[in-house]
Amino acid sequence: MSQRQITFEVLRYNPEADSAPWIQTYSVPCEEEWVILDAINYIKDHLDSTLSYRWSCHMAVCGSCGMTVNGEPTLSCKAFLRDYKGSKIRVEPLTHFPVERDLVVVLDDFMEKLQSVKPYLMPKTEKPVEEGEYKQTPRQLKNYKQYTMCINCMLCYAACPQYALNPEFIGPAALALTHRYNLDSRDAGRSERQEVVAQHEGVWECSFVGACSEVCPKDVDPAGAIQQMKIASTVDWHLEHLMPWRRK
Amino acid sequence: METIQSDVVIVGAGGAGLRAAIALAEADPKLRIALLSKVYPMRSHTCAAEGGAAGVVKGDDSLDLHFDDTVGGGDWLCDQDAVEFFINEAPRELTRLEHWGCPWSRESTGAVGVRPFGGMKIMRTWFAADKTGFHLLHTLFQTSLKYPSIRRFDEVFTTDLLVADGRIQGCCALEMRSGAMLQFQAPAVILCTGGAGRVFPFTTNGAIKTGDGMALAYRAGVPLKDMEFVQYHPTGLPGTGILLTEGCRGEGGVLRNKNGDRYLKDYGMGPETPLGEPVLKTMELGPRDRLSQAFWHEQQKGNTVPTKWGDCVYLDMRHLGEQKINERLPFVRDLAKSYVGVDMVSEQVPIRPVVHYMMGGIHTDIHAATPLPGLFAAGECACVSINGANRLGSNSLTELLVFGRRAAESAAAYVNSDAPPIDTAAADRQAAEAEARIHALFDRADGGETLAGIRTAMTDTMETGAGIYRDEALLTDTANTLAALRRRQGGIALKDKSKVFNTELTQVLELACMLEVAETVAVSGLARKESRGSHQRLDYVDRNDSDYLRHSMAYSQGEEAPRIDYLDVVITKSRPGVRDYSGAKS
Repeated sequence: MSQRQITFEVLRYNPEADSAPWIQTYSVPCEEEWVILDAINYIKDHLDSTLSYRWSCHMAVCGSCGMTVNGEPTLSCKAFLRDYKGSKIRVEPLTHFPVERDLVVVLDDFMEKLQSVKPYLMPKTEKPVEEGEYKQTPRQLKNYKQYTMCINCMLCYAACPQYALNPEFIGPAALALTHRYNLDSRDAGRSERQEVVAQHEGVWECSFVGACSEVCPKDVDPAGAIQQMKIASTVDWHLEHLMPWRRK
Repeated sequence: METIQSDVVIVGAGGAGLRAAIALAEADPKLRIALLSKVYPMRSHTCAAEGGAAGVVKGDDSLDLHFDDTVGGGDWLCDQDAVEFFINEAPRELTRLEHWGCPWSRESTGAVGVRPFGGMKIMRTWFAADKTGFHLLHTLFQTSLKYPSIRRFDEVFTTDLLVADGRIQGCCALEMRSGAMLQFQAPAVILCTGGAGRVFPFTTNGAIKTGDGMALAYRAGVPLKDMEFVQYHPTGLPGTGILLTEGCRGEGGVLRNKNGDRYLKDYGMGPETPLGEPVLKTMELGPRDRLSQAFWHEQQKGNTVPTKWGDCVYLDMRHLGEQKINERLPFVRDLAKSYVGVDMVSEQVPIRPVVHYMMGGIHTDIHAATPLPGLFAAGECACVSINGANRLGSNSLTELLVFGRRAAESAAAYVNSDAPPIDTAAADRQAAEAEARIHALFDRADGGETLAGIRTAMTDTMETGAGIYRDEALLTDTANTLAALRRRQGGIALKDKSKVFNTELTQVLELACMLEVAETVAVSGLARKESRGSHQRLDYVDRNDSDYLRHSMAYSQGEEAPRIDYLDVVITKSRPGVRDYSGAKS
């Protein structure tokens, strides 16, 4: 197996000891097929057991191990060293979030926003389980399926320039999930969710830079979801103000 | 120390824990529910399940057939009353998930689709492409946000159960962001902490699957049942151990050795079925234990392919075509492409058996109750047992729904009727002791041991001695090594003295859990002098129903190796028979 010696510059921050974050370097003998996370694990196991970071599945589905690698929001278990030329790699926590410790960021804000958009099915009428499933054709499924694929890895928030400017912005992942339920043929909860997402900090805050969709490791395309919601919101407004008789 | 009063504490917020939380909230909105997890709920390893969830729903299927497949698949070590309950509840639970928004794959009529799975005689596996566990977990988590009575404690690591007067009084947990100990006082605790695949070196299991809940229950005097039964999934990616779902074979993928032979035909699962026409319960749709064992024999014969990650065989999907692979298996196509550089549309994928699931776990009865009053368990950490000596693929996602709910209902009933008030003095005392033990870890003297060193020694000895095939000498050596490692772990000094998100500390706690759980696997395996399901002994090659149609029960003896006892299997209607996965069966 061929090895490559790579210098990792890793951001360290221990709120109990450090007044500011600092960079520590580690020289890691890397295997060619490794991902960034493998190198971080090597550091933890063999060089410095005090390094803190989150990880679990190592297959790009649990969403734990988002980090900033060479300035880009990155899922570290699916970032292959073969794609990084040169002998130096910089690893930092995701931007736009407070740093809790080393590569660990505080996720409270996202967790609150996720809850605020009511990301659950609200059917028009509850159906007893005994009556079996709601029918949904493959086409109806396809309509929203893409937006179910979000693993909450937070790369889109780290990439979003609007979230950086205005932390009140609900943000890409939570809005994409809102869209997912709105589009579900079994759901009737859109108007309830609109109260949250149609406000200023909702879809209208997005300036459609599209950085969220570019970094998304699951091709969820939150930017596309948000634009579609803007159009739907505009239609709502016109219906309400120009055709008031249609108001329920 | 902050003390939180609850009615029910749930430890673990994966599929089983979330299902339990929702069931509690629905049963009684007044119940104070504390849902603890050492990670955020959506990081739980349920998210990695790919293939599907079994439940009888189609006209050609019947509850009896699912029962027979499950009991036979488990080599008759399942408790049949529990299996019957499970089979009956399964369709309801899967439908409920549908009502909560789970994006199940559909037939053109709009009905939920099903796919074939190993060891199942009828197609009954509901699926959401090849990310069923992911969708199930996120659907449950998002649905749980509806219920204000579910109070979540994310990234809180449970260290101790509080037990006094012979019953549960709550638990103690370390808040990772602050390093503070929290005391949870509650008359009922439900453990939903998942499996312990991380005691092996090569596993599909994520880093968090370290058997914490199993160890907590074990230390509290609850036996761990059938721990010798460890499932190897036949198709893991070499190197990483990433799972390629059984759905690959369900959709028609085949296994080939280095000569291109469909070798399963030589291990009682033939005759060979035509390419692209998979036959249920035959060849590649045999059960996981048999397929993984066949690999071992091929390896002995020199029919495997050496790779830099060890010996492999091939999963051949090429005949399925790109369209079907993209529609049914897009995730695993991407995984194989990314992690081993192979596109399954045009190339065979190297694969090898990989540790996937623990059939054994915390002993519970059919009500998901452990022998310790107030303590319940569900999901992979528990052993009801519906999986016996070998779980059938797609039964475990359904199991965590059925028994997550069952545990919640049992806990609610217990809280509302039987439970005496909390012995707060005893709980406080135990919590203070637990906190002192954590503090003492920071002051441990350096005995020259390292976390990674002991962990690697543990996983190595598990693979060598408690793998697909075992014998007396191997298991004895493994048990002895583990006993020594348990003593040696005291020589790991913590270098990280910080209270904030100290993962060296949590890893030390996890290692202690893993070593105890691993020891029960080896010692239970040593005691079971027969071959059954996933437990194969080279020195006792046959199943021995007269002596071992019983569950092993491993009881903690503190620092010493566990004491093994036995409990009769519940048989209601299916007497042990021959597991026939040949094409010749009726």
